[in-house]
Amino acid sequence: MTGTAAEPTPVPAVRVPRRRGTELALLVVAVLLPVYGYCDVGLARDGSVPPGAAGYGAGLGVLALLAHLAVRLRAPYADPLLLPIAVLLNGLGLVLIYRLDLETPGDHAAPTQLVWSTVGVALFIGVVFFLRDHRVLQRYAYLSVVTALVLMIVPIFFPAVNGARIWIRIGGFSIQPGEFAKILLAVFFASYLAANRNALAYTGRTVWKFKRLQLPTGRVLGPIVAIWLLSVGVLVLERDLGTSLLFFGLFVILLYVATGRTGWIAVGLLLAAVGAFAVGSLEPHVHSRVQDWLHPFASIDAGEGPNQLAQSLFAFAAGGLLGTGLGDGHSILIGFAAKSDFILATAGEELGLTGLTAIFLLYALLVERGYRAGLALRDPFGRLLAIGLASIVALQVFVIAGGVTGLIPLTGMAMPFLAQGGSSVVTNWIIVALLIRVSDSARAQPLPRERA
Amino acid sequence: MTKYIRRAAAFCALLLVALLVNASRVQVVDSGTYDDNPANRRQAITRFDQPRGDILVDGRAVTGSRDTGEQLRHERTYRNGPLYAPVTGFASQVYGTTFLEHAEDDVLSGTDPMLAPLPLWNDITRAQNPGGKVVTTIKAAVQQAAHAGLGGKKGAVAALDPATGEVLALVSTPSYDPERLSGTSTAVTDAWAELNADPDKPMLNRALSQTYPPGSTFKVVTAAAALDAGGIDDLDAPTESPDPYTLPGTSTSLANEVEGCADASLRYAFQWSCNTVFAKLGVDTGQDALAGTAKKFGFDTPGLKIPSPVATSTFDTSMDDAQLALSAIGQYDTRATPLQMAMVSAAVAGGGSVKAPHLVDRTTTDDGDTVASSGTETLRQAMNPGTAVQLRELMTDVVEEGTGANAAIDGVTVGGKTGTAQHGIGNTGTPYAWFIAWAQKPGDAEASVAVAVVVEDAAADRSDISGGGSAAPIAKAVMEAALSGG
Repeated sequence: MTGTAAEPTPVPAVRVPRRRGTELALLVVAVLLPVYGYCDVGLARDGSVPPGAAGYGAGLGVLALLAHLAVRLRAPYADPLLLPIAVLLNGLGLVLIYRLDLETPGDHAAPTQLVWSTVGVALFIGVVFFLRDHRVLQRYAYLSVVTALVLMIVPIFFPAVNGARIWIRIGGFSIQPGEFAKILLAVFFASYLAANRNALAYTGRTVWKFKRLQLPTGRVLGPIVAIWLLSVGVLVLERDLGTSLLFFGLFVILLYVATGRTGWIAVGLLLAAVGAFAVGSLEPHVHSRVQDWLHPFASIDAGEGPNQLAQSLFAFAAGGLLGTGLGDGHSILIGFAAKSDFILATAGEELGLTGLTAIFLLYALLVERGYRAGLALRDPFGRLLAIGLASIVALQVFVIAGGVTGLIPLTGMAMPFLAQGGSSVVTNWIIVALLIRVSDSARAQPLPRERA
Repeated sequence: MTKYIRRAAAFCALLLVALLVNASRVQVVDSGTYDDNPANRRQAITRFDQPRGDILVDGRAVTGSRDTGEQLRHERTYRNGPLYAPVTGFASQVYGTTFLEHAEDDVLSGTDPMLAPLPLWNDITRAQNPGGKVVTTIKAAVQQAAHAGLGGKKGAVAALDPATGEVLALVSTPSYDPERLSGTSTAVTDAWAELNADPDKPMLNRALSQTYPPGSTFKVVTAAAALDAGGIDDLDAPTESPDPYTLPGTSTSLANEVEGCADASLRYAFQWSCNTVFAKLGVDTGQDALAGTAKKFGFDTPGLKIPSPVATSTFDTSMDDAQLALSAIGQYDTRATPLQMAMVSAAVAGGGSVKAPHLVDRTTTDDGDTVASSGTETLRQAMNPGTAVQLRELMTDVVEEGTGANAAIDGVTVGGKTGTAQHGIGNTGTPYAWFIAWAQKPGDAEASVAVAVVVEDAAADRSDISGGGSAAPIAKAVMEAALSGG
């Protein structure tokens, strides 16, 4: 974002263009594409445009417009790609859920998801409006971590749902507090590492006479490993392997970015290997997931019919290069969790490899914009926060997309924005709001003279 | 820190590449394996998503499709199922397809690429063509006459148009209603178990899939071989055959059921079905000549499809003379399907030319545009045209004043040959009564129908008269139906 304003004559402070018009134009596309998809589902199923198409388009449009106005008012320099990508992914998710609702007449998830999306956008606007400077968050590092731990511990006292204790049920609503904990942990990690990165980078002892492989001293390492162990421990108790993997990856990436020490990666990989082996062989729930991954068709050979992963692979394969078209696939055969964890299978079957690649690239672009903001910022906390939030999206997409396509063992997680799940969609809107905030700070700061 | 951020970004890019490579593997490279996995319901769902195309008899559908609203949406229905089961076979959601339903499945299910408006169109759009139609050569009146003629007996009828090879009737009794096997319910699995356990084997297509010892009807083939080989010039000359005839190299003596076979002429021997004369004639003609003629009629030729598969009729080619003598009268290892014997009769009627039998006139799209049509195809010349003329004369004599008098139709030239075959250990099985025949209207250049009837007849005795007694009236009814319809 630095080269766009190059001028021949040196000017003390050059600001980059705001690009709000670009954002608005992209938002129009981001609203129209899902509306088209919504109509396409109806045309494929009944041969007519669904009656709610206009209302749906208007609703999505109003949400996008309000978010855009908030950005225009309070974050005028924000990256113009972030909001359109979020709106497009959220809209596509609504279309896919609406499409799957047609197969389950007794269970309509799309209206609920639309409500949660509205809540998410409202929180997005709230964050953009009231968080004027991301550095404020640095002050609340320890409050964040305590809250995160509480959020993760609370579900243990609620009954397990499908083998995982990650839900709180109050009245008709179920909330996954672990989703919110992701943001809080990212804030804490960024804050702690920004404050202690020099200590972490330049102290330690050399092991095995390798100069590069220096392990940090226990004094510096202690608190952060303790937090990490605690959060991972809680997650293993909750049997939510995906989130555990996500936190671990986030921790290692931020540690490496903050310190530049490959030793951290070595330690991280070692811990991951030991942890994965121990959990994979000892914990039956996880063990069966690993077995399913290694032998996705074992249940077919055993005469019990295809399991969810096999059905998911069938769905992706049925999509081929171009897909069956929205509304014409049979991904509902996956059964339970078709709208949440396995939503990507519907995208793969009905939009094909082409559509799936487009979705992956949208996520990649979102992550890339986060990293770009991190590169442009100058304060370490802001940089680490941007990298952390973007990495959450990257890791989450990899863990769940890799799981449902048989690349890695399947772990229950929500595809950001696409999957059914209120907590997830709200969390992702907050992540995007924070990225908007840091990218605004990054692009609003005066360019250094020598680079102008 | 910038350097490390870039490296972390590179790591994220690596994750993206891994996802894309793996997605390409699942969706493109390995997709065929996943699509074809038997546990993947998609092919079945797609297959039954639209109504199956119909099979037509006389321009009228004998099949249908019922929308069940279930996951496998459409189930096959049949009008007059038991009557047409040997023609259509079944189309089950559990047990697959048989006979025409199987042979023309691509057309009926709509997957035949020829049904597409443009080449490769469906591969791109994933559109499914409506199921096409299969127009059969069956004549409803002939089929019904054959079915009614067999009644409650076990047996089969195959009727052909000798000039074209069109199959006019294909009947097997006892039959079954293929609709009972269409769906997926427990009633279907129960019906399947019941039909398979039934000792009468109702699902056996006796006209195509079952071979029988042809008995004396095979004497047509033996006579054709002898006449073609030149061993006999004059049908009325004595054949110098002893009665009884001792099988060569054995002390087994073969006798006749009728008088006057000693030294009888070929005409008399054919007319009254003298075993002694034909056993000796077979040995005199020789194994190679007899096997060669049998092969030209279609014996020992695997892979006949009409397009339903037809069991191979056999004539042994490595026998001693005693076995050859028995084979020449349609015993020992000689076995034929009813369709094969109808082809023998049709060849005689048609000047020796064996036309490819076919059950499908044409296949069309749902709109009626022709996809493929079958024309008349000559498989082989089974005998010299002169021999065919002589055999027509012999067969006509059988009906006019011999064992096949029951098949005579007023004002129509009818040729026939009776047969009875014993089987089982010590010939304890229910004997098979045979009749093969053809009929030609006066003034017509060609015969218009050839038919073979086989009946498992408890009342049949060792006499060939039984073939004329129980099978010839059925053949007569079938021919009458064919003549009046044509």
